[in-house]
Amino acid sequence: MEVINLESTEDTPKIILDRNNGIFEISGRSLPEDSAEYYQPILDWLDEYSKSPNPETVFIFKLEYFNTASSKLILDILSKLETIDNTTISWFYHEDDEDMEEAGTEFSELVEVPFEFKTY
Amino acid sequence: MKYIYELHKTMVARNLILVYEGEFTQEITKSVLAMAERNMDAIGEDSAVKRKVFNVMVECLQNIVKHSDEVNDINYTDKNSAVFMIGKQDDKYIITSGNPITNDKIEMLQSKLEYINALDKEGLKTYYKDKIKKSQGLSEKGGAGLGFIDMARKSGQKLQFDFEHINENISFFSLKTIIRRNNQ
Repeated sequence: MEVINLESTEDTPKIILDRNNGIFEISGRSLPEDSAEYYQPILDWLDEYSKSPNPETVFIFKLEYFNTASSKLILDILSKLETIDNTTISWFYHEDDEDMEEAGTEFSELVEVPFEFKTY
Repeated sequence: MKYIYELHKTMVARNLILVYEGEFTQEITKSVLAMAERNMDAIGEDSAVKRKVFNVMVECLQNIVKHSDEVNDINYTDKNSAVFMIGKQDDKYIITSGNPITNDKIEMLQSKLEYINALDKEGLKTYYKDKIKKSQGLSEKGGAGLGFIDMARKSGQKLQFDFEHINENISFFSLKTIIRRNNQ
């Protein structure tokens, strides 16, 4: 499978989806003008990956900020991950960022995937 | 040239640290955000307050960008123009925006905002989760319909709003959100 490796910009996060090295990570800021368009390749990639996933998938979210349009797409990503066996979400938040911690808790209540919370 | 001094005095009196008037785009949004961030960094603002201000600013600015093309009134020449301001006082930041809207939107906006303002912290949380779960994709404008709810949650205060009648087709929609500085 192709590797997705998007560098972060002022309004989009860094995204790495690398099946062979087992790296699945979204980090930084997400407030693109068109969230649906921005995340479509990620959702397509996950559709493909879910057909024959690795034995274990640890998906890292290390977001500093995301807007409400992105939150909908994050939920779409989590919903795809929900269908993949042995998936864990690693939800990172800055140690004094209660809002990001709460956002992770809320997402964890919306999908049936185990979440691990970590501070940075 | 007196208006320059008058404008300056108004800004100082209202503690406005940033005012932008004009067309709103994603590029402008990024620039306004960067300026506000630098301003807060320069005074060593608390990071939790900074994040909340940033959050509310994004939703506010992107709302304007998304809906700026809806007003199409030949009698109103400033239709693409909106205003965005941040005021800073000892105990709070005041984030305000104003933009023209068509009168048929007033009722929807008013009931949405009143509904949100009637909810407490837990109510807002439940409403947010409910809406994000039920929404099927984004609107054609790219919104998730969560902006006001998020602003109310991050602010922890009621959203203040007003509609100023311009003519039979359009009104000026003003929105004010407060972020407390010393609630940490």
